[in-house]
Amino acid sequence: MDFTDSTEEAAFRAEASAFLSQHLQPKKGAASRSGNYLQRAKDWQKVKAENQFAQITWPKEIGGRGGSPMQQVIWNQEESKFDAPTGPFAIGLGMCVPTVIAFGSDEHKKRYVQKALFGEEIWCQLFSEPAAGSDVAGLKTKAVKDGDDWVINGQKVWTSGAHYSDYGIVLVRTDPDVPKHKGLTMFIIDMKQEGVDVRPIHQASGGSEFNEVYFTDVRIPDSDRLGEPGMGWKVALVTLMNERLAVGGSPGPDWAEIMDYARSSGSMSDQAFRAKLADWYVAAQGYKLTKFRTQTALSKGETPGPENSIGKVITANHLQDICNSAIEMQDHYGIISDKDHAPADAIFQESFMWAPGLRIAGGTDEILKNIIAERVLGLPQDVRVDKDKPFSAF
Amino acid sequence: MNFDFSDDQKFLRDEARKFLEAQCTSAHVRAVLDDDAMSHNDEVWQKIVEMGWLGAAIPEEFGGLGLGMLELCVIAEELGRVLAPVPFGSSAFFFAEAIKLAGTEEQKAEWLPKVADGSIVGCLATTEGPGALSASSVQTTAKDGTLSGTKVPVTDGDVATHAAVLAKEGSGTGLYIVALDQDGVSRKSLKTIEPTRSHAEIKFNGASAARLGQETGNGMSVLDQIMNRGAVLLAFEQLGGASRCLEMATEYAKERHAFGRPIGGNQAIKHKLADIYVKNEVARSNAYYGAWALSTDAAELPEAAAAARVAASEAFWFASKENIQTHGGMGFTWEVDCHLYYRRAKLLAVQAGSPAVWKEKLVSALEAKNAA
Repeated sequence: MDFTDSTEEAAFRAEASAFLSQHLQPKKGAASRSGNYLQRAKDWQKVKAENQFAQITWPKEIGGRGGSPMQQVIWNQEESKFDAPTGPFAIGLGMCVPTVIAFGSDEHKKRYVQKALFGEEIWCQLFSEPAAGSDVAGLKTKAVKDGDDWVINGQKVWTSGAHYSDYGIVLVRTDPDVPKHKGLTMFIIDMKQEGVDVRPIHQASGGSEFNEVYFTDVRIPDSDRLGEPGMGWKVALVTLMNERLAVGGSPGPDWAEIMDYARSSGSMSDQAFRAKLADWYVAAQGYKLTKFRTQTALSKGETPGPENSIGKVITANHLQDICNSAIEMQDHYGIISDKDHAPADAIFQESFMWAPGLRIAGGTDEILKNIIAERVLGLPQDVRVDKDKPFSAF
Repeated sequence: MNFDFSDDQKFLRDEARKFLEAQCTSAHVRAVLDDDAMSHNDEVWQKIVEMGWLGAAIPEEFGGLGLGMLELCVIAEELGRVLAPVPFGSSAFFFAEAIKLAGTEEQKAEWLPKVADGSIVGCLATTEGPGALSASSVQTTAKDGTLSGTKVPVTDGDVATHAAVLAKEGSGTGLYIVALDQDGVSRKSLKTIEPTRSHAEIKFNGASAARLGQETGNGMSVLDQIMNRGAVLLAFEQLGGASRCLEMATEYAKERHAFGRPIGGNQAIKHKLADIYVKNEVARSNAYYGAWALSTDAAELPEAAAAARVAASEAFWFASKENIQTHGGMGFTWEVDCHLYYRRAKLLAVQAGSPAVWKEKLVSALEAKNAA
């Protein structure tokens, strides 16, 4: 056992790190959102693409590096040490464009892949709906064939980056008279066209990082279909499989931050706090070290085991618990989120309000536990009363 | 990045699993459970002795196989899976590690070959009463090469031939090696919640004893280091038990039907088993880190061992109790093995310091590190 890179990995890490320090500032705290963030993101994406760092595992023919998954992990680790504006491209390049590559025509690939890779066009993913979250195959946005076009009507929700996206992949119902998974079709959609109405969601946390997207008689040419009509669910599974390996840091304050605060505020003598701190450390280490196990498999060229499925179940609850305890440690004063007053720049208060969303986004705690139970442990699927009946019957 | 066991170590694991599944079945464990006179299963013990596993981490010059700590971790996990009713941990994790860590060259030469070939069985005798162990709670006293006092309970104390005993020594403490078959020692078996591992009350009345190592007065700090090593090994034993509990619960949840379908189709059961899986993986990753720290003598060993121990104690406890719950009424019968894991989980969680003790050790280690 060791935690060191192989010779090749070390060489790649050094190359990546040298490149990054030429172009970016080391990160202090959270990534900076200041200035024209979107433009900075586009500029950085272009620089990465020009130097074959944009998509490490993509083949060279389409602008990738032809590298290994382990090299992508190393790149992500190194890039996360710098103040890199990567957010706007994560979903497009991580999920949408790979779907276009897998199911699109040669014309699609020629038209879209390079522009996305070089940061000229941004993509979003339009799956979730107000009545179709965990059960996304129950979505209602419909597409009706009209000549060589399809006409789309309906509503999507929780669409990250829809307001600045140029294109999206959208999953819609094209046949309501078959069981729900069999009546779906995937399309490429031009987000700037008439009939697409993007409205920001005012989140419970106060911010607006997500959108609702309304479609009113939006026309999509049949040539922008990805996969056969009715095959949309299979296409969507490929999209979701392409979610990039989560290798980033923790999404907010962790045991070290609350320990720093406890020391500065004289709370380290509280025995109950010390016991909780130990639990948080064990959970955080468990998560971090489990990723090392996954990386070990990648490094050996093996398929990682199912152990990485524990990630978000741990981190989201962990974050919520730490923030809650930090606020309670501050007693009445803990209610203040004004950075002029709140300790630690109010990171605990901010993440406290963000944590409920983290437990839902990208699969709720409950859905993730279902996935572990069904796919890892092999337990029976939940009862699905709508499984074999036409969608229109419900 | 190579955060995994080697192919050779995985081969050892597979071989150990095959061997133990054949040679250490539930019936072998239950033979000890159902017979108050049996301290351990000697048939299983002799076979394990023949495998040479007791010497896995003992250098060849001292009669061991000279493999290493990672190999001993692998064996520990497999012994935990089958609830091996033998004094392996007492002899190999604690007694042998104590001598390796603190013994003089003469003591190593005298005792390690005998641990390795099974001609002696060692144990660790520290506890004297309820509550966490501390220097001030030790009443057993060493003076002029003799030992007086009472240790209770001593895990495997009635099968062991020798004990490493913590005793007062002047104003400090020391660890002493004591032969248990001498006149100055009397032993009584104890009734415990875990009868498949025997426990004894041991009274020392001027028993002849030899100090472990040459330094005086530093018994507690030596014990602390021994515990760090034992904690990692115990964590693997716990992990083996926890993994087996999840398998048992999962198998049962697939087979047992209620309301017309397998109970494992209900989210209340699915989520329970997913929770066990998550805790087990957290325990596994922390145990691997402990194994790395142990095998490389890393400066991180104190926090790595403590985290491994805390995670494994929580995982085995949770898995063992929810395994019973998943089995329903069947799980509360003597004949179904669930309670054997529940019993063992609690022994392994409090032997060598309870979770509260290890949480405190962990936080102290983090404080010491951040202060530097």
